[in-house]
Amino acid sequence: MFLQQLINGVALGSTYALIALGYTMVYGIITLINFAHGEIFMVGAFVGLLMVGYFKLNLFLAMAIAMIFCMVMGVVIEYIAYRPLRKSSRLSALISAIGVSIFLSSLAMMVFGANAKGFPSEAFPSHQIHIGNADISTLQLLIIGVSALLMLALEFIVQKTKIGKAMRATSEDYNTAALMGINVNFVISFTFALGSALAAAGGVLVGVLFNSVSFNMGLMAGLKAFAAAVLGGIGSIPGAMLGGLLLGVAEVFGVAIGYSSYRDAIAFAILVLVLLFRPTGLLGQKIQKKV
Amino acid sequence: MFQNMLNSIDPYSMQILVNIGIGIILALGLNIITGLTGQLSLGHAAFMSVGAFAGALLTIKTGVPFYINILLSGLITAVVAAAIGWPILRLTGDYLAICTLGFAEIVKVVFLNLEITNKALGLTVPTPDTSLPMPLIVLIVVCLTIIASAFIQNSRFGRALKAIRDDEIAAESMGINIARYKVQSFAVSAFMAGTGGCLYAHFLGYINPSDFGFLKSIDMLSMVVLGGLGSIPGTIFGASILSAAPEFLRFMSQYRMLVYGALLVFMMVFRPNGLMGGIDFTSFVLRKLGVKPRGVSRSKEVQ
Amino acid sequence: MALLKLDNTTIRFGGLVAVNGVNLEVEEGEILALIGPNGAGKSTIFNLITGIYPPTDGAISFKGKSIAGRPPHVIASGGIGRTFQNIRLFGEQTVLDNVLIGAHTRGNWNLTGALLQFLPSVRKEEGRLLELAIHCLSKVDLAHKAYELASNLPYGEQRRLEIARALAIEPALILLDEPAAGMNPQEKQTLLKMVRNIRDDGVTVFLVEHDMKFVMGLSDRIAVLDYGSKIADGRPEEVRANPAVIEAYLGKGAAH
Ligand SMILES: Nc1ncnc2c1ncn2[C@@H]1O[C@H](COP(=O)(O)OP(=O)(O)O)[C@@H](O)[C@H]1O
Ligand SMILES: [Mg+2]
Repeated sequence: MFLQQLINGVALGSTYALIALGYTMVYGIITLINFAHGEIFMVGAFVGLLMVGYFKLNLFLAMAIAMIFCMVMGVVIEYIAYRPLRKSSRLSALISAIGVSIFLSSLAMMVFGANAKGFPSEAFPSHQIHIGNADISTLQLLIIGVSALLMLALEFIVQKTKIGKAMRATSEDYNTAALMGINVNFVISFTFALGSALAAAGGVLVGVLFNSVSFNMGLMAGLKAFAAAVLGGIGSIPGAMLGGLLLGVAEVFGVAIGYSSYRDAIAFAILVLVLLFRPTGLLGQKIQKKV
Repeated sequence: MFQNMLNSIDPYSMQILVNIGIGIILALGLNIITGLTGQLSLGHAAFMSVGAFAGALLTIKTGVPFYINILLSGLITAVVAAAIGWPILRLTGDYLAICTLGFAEIVKVVFLNLEITNKALGLTVPTPDTSLPMPLIVLIVVCLTIIASAFIQNSRFGRALKAIRDDEIAAESMGINIARYKVQSFAVSAFMAGTGGCLYAHFLGYINPSDFGFLKSIDMLSMVVLGGLGSIPGTIFGASILSAAPEFLRFMSQYRMLVYGALLVFMMVFRPNGLMGGIDFTSFVLRKLGVKPRGVSRSKEVQ
Repeated sequence: MALLKLDNTTIRFGGLVAVNGVNLEVEEGEILALIGPNGAGKSTIFNLITGIYPPTDGAISFKGKSIAGRPPHVIASGGIGRTFQNIRLFGEQTVLDNVLIGAHTRGNWNLTGALLQFLPSVRKEEGRLLELAIHCLSKVDLAHKAYELASNLPYGEQRRLEIARALAIEPALILLDEPAAGMNPQEKQTLLKMVRNIRDDGVTVFLVEHDMKFVMGLSDRIAVLDYGSKIADGRPEEVRANPAVIEAYLGKGAAH
């Protein structure tokens, strides 16, 4: 029972982690809560669904296409809605981000309708594996595996490549990075592309996991992922992974012990508690305001 | 006389007018915390919800006179807001926004699970027994809210809020207790949302916790942003347009959220001060008239 | 007893010791200047005094009472006004409103006062604050610009407006962080007189300034900071002759 729930929690949590990474990277670089990030996740799920359901593509190919589509979308959103506001107050940028989020989800409702859509069952023929007394589906293993792989890839990009170094430098100190000749605009675009790709992958995985894709799935998932990012320490990549996993596990256990109707409140309760008692999160660094 | 005037308006138009009135109350409330104090609240629908349920329950369970009910609903909401605000208003900008959103979701979930709010079924609210007709009461509350907003804006209290909005570090270096003013502003703002919610509940006759979700909060935010954050005439204008537009423009009712989303982005990028351009009418007029502030000549003599 | 006393005051930012065991006294009624190379920790000392940062170590007392670690608004209410090196006016508000915000601690009416602003006692207070604000504006010769937007003022006037705003606290001590920065010689001369007047009105002045001529002409006493430590403290001509100071400013070897 325990093991079962743990696996459920880790599977759910790794999708949160995938989304949380996008929040954390963007926040780390331009201190903006990319409110539209949850909607990118939603669009990713729809693109994946279209590819699998309509074009009959293989799930992995569909996921790759969804990732590419959302990369472009993330970059375009940043260019249209955030870049012009980089020098404005943070309130303006945040309101703009909320606008993008509302726009995308209502657009999705108009295009795909208000009802949730399911993935065709042949998208990923899943079967159960017994480990001890736990039933684990191969689907859950797939989700955990793919998430882990993507996070490793991200870790490689951030730590080992030139652009990754530029990202870290920009996140450390935006102005100095600009002075050092780093093309900050490119770094920001790249960060949005990277985060959006991960969110799209998360969207496809969640769509298959719950067999449900709907126009409003982005809001709640996005908020929970944000909570995960804050829990782990906003700006910290390992933090986002850890926060996502912890949140997924907490939610699954919360439901298991009988708080299913409070399911969505669990993430927020955690978010509020973390912000109040440890605003830097588990792995975040203290940020000192400069006067 | 009012009675005659009110009777001459057909019920459909009357309903739109009342909706506009309630929209103005809610938007002016949000304007206090977001426009004036600069703290983005994404959970104001929750305060409307608290006021709506408090008002409905007061009517159902106690039958207090409706005028007192409005006041009590506002006060209860203000107390809830102060209790929530006291810990979370220490957070800076965007964290606060997310937190208010989180709290709003929690309020919704809690109301959906409480016996007393009738869970997901919602409450049917009896028409209150009042001497004045409902639309007139709404009008009175609208006027009071406008006056209160204007008074707050032009006072020592309001100046402190604006200082916090513009620069917290400068504000606290001027001796302004930021935490205290934020909580007070949050409570005032919630008070208005609570009275708006109470009126909404009694005018509509039925409320459900799910009516007061994130999208409702975005409704209010769009009103304030359209007219210009921090501007009272702007907020009234924004609330009127956005409350009425879905009734008149068919595409608006269908694509309302799509339009709101685009609107928020558009306004922030191109007209961050709102459609009215953020003109401060009073000082604009004063300057045009060449009026010098009182006391200028007097202190010149002192030197 | 000194008006303000720093006792072994220290602050670290991570590995950097920005202010290192500084002992400093500001006497009532004097004009004290704090000088030192860029990054020496001068602004940080102001931020420590005004409570923006709590000191890592050491004590700060004002009028004999400890203020270290108290929140900025309490310290400001206690009678310390300040300006900022990077101007922090409320740019979208009028000149007058900026100073009225400075006068915040001189009033009492709050939310109730806002809602009942037709009451005589509220109006009286508001009138008093207005008069104070205008008075402070005229101290820096800006009363005629009361209804302009602060951000529309030229740079030099913005610096003076910051001073007026700080004066509206009716402080016992005013901290000016590079008040003459960006001003032309003429403006500096005017400012010099204004600061003297402020002191003559009974406000103790503690300022940070780079312009040596300005500092020498204005200050009663000068303290010198280098790499977070105080290296000298005395009358202008003493400090000017101090080898450690010359070295700090001109590099090693220059003193010989
Ligand atoms: N909030 C902060 N976090 C980290 N370092 C800081 C902070 N504030 C100031 N410093 C550092 O402390 C040193 C002193 O800065 P400052 O007091 O501004 O110097 P100045 O003497 O030019 O006014 C500088 O190296 C600066 O980078
Ligand atoms: Mg400095």
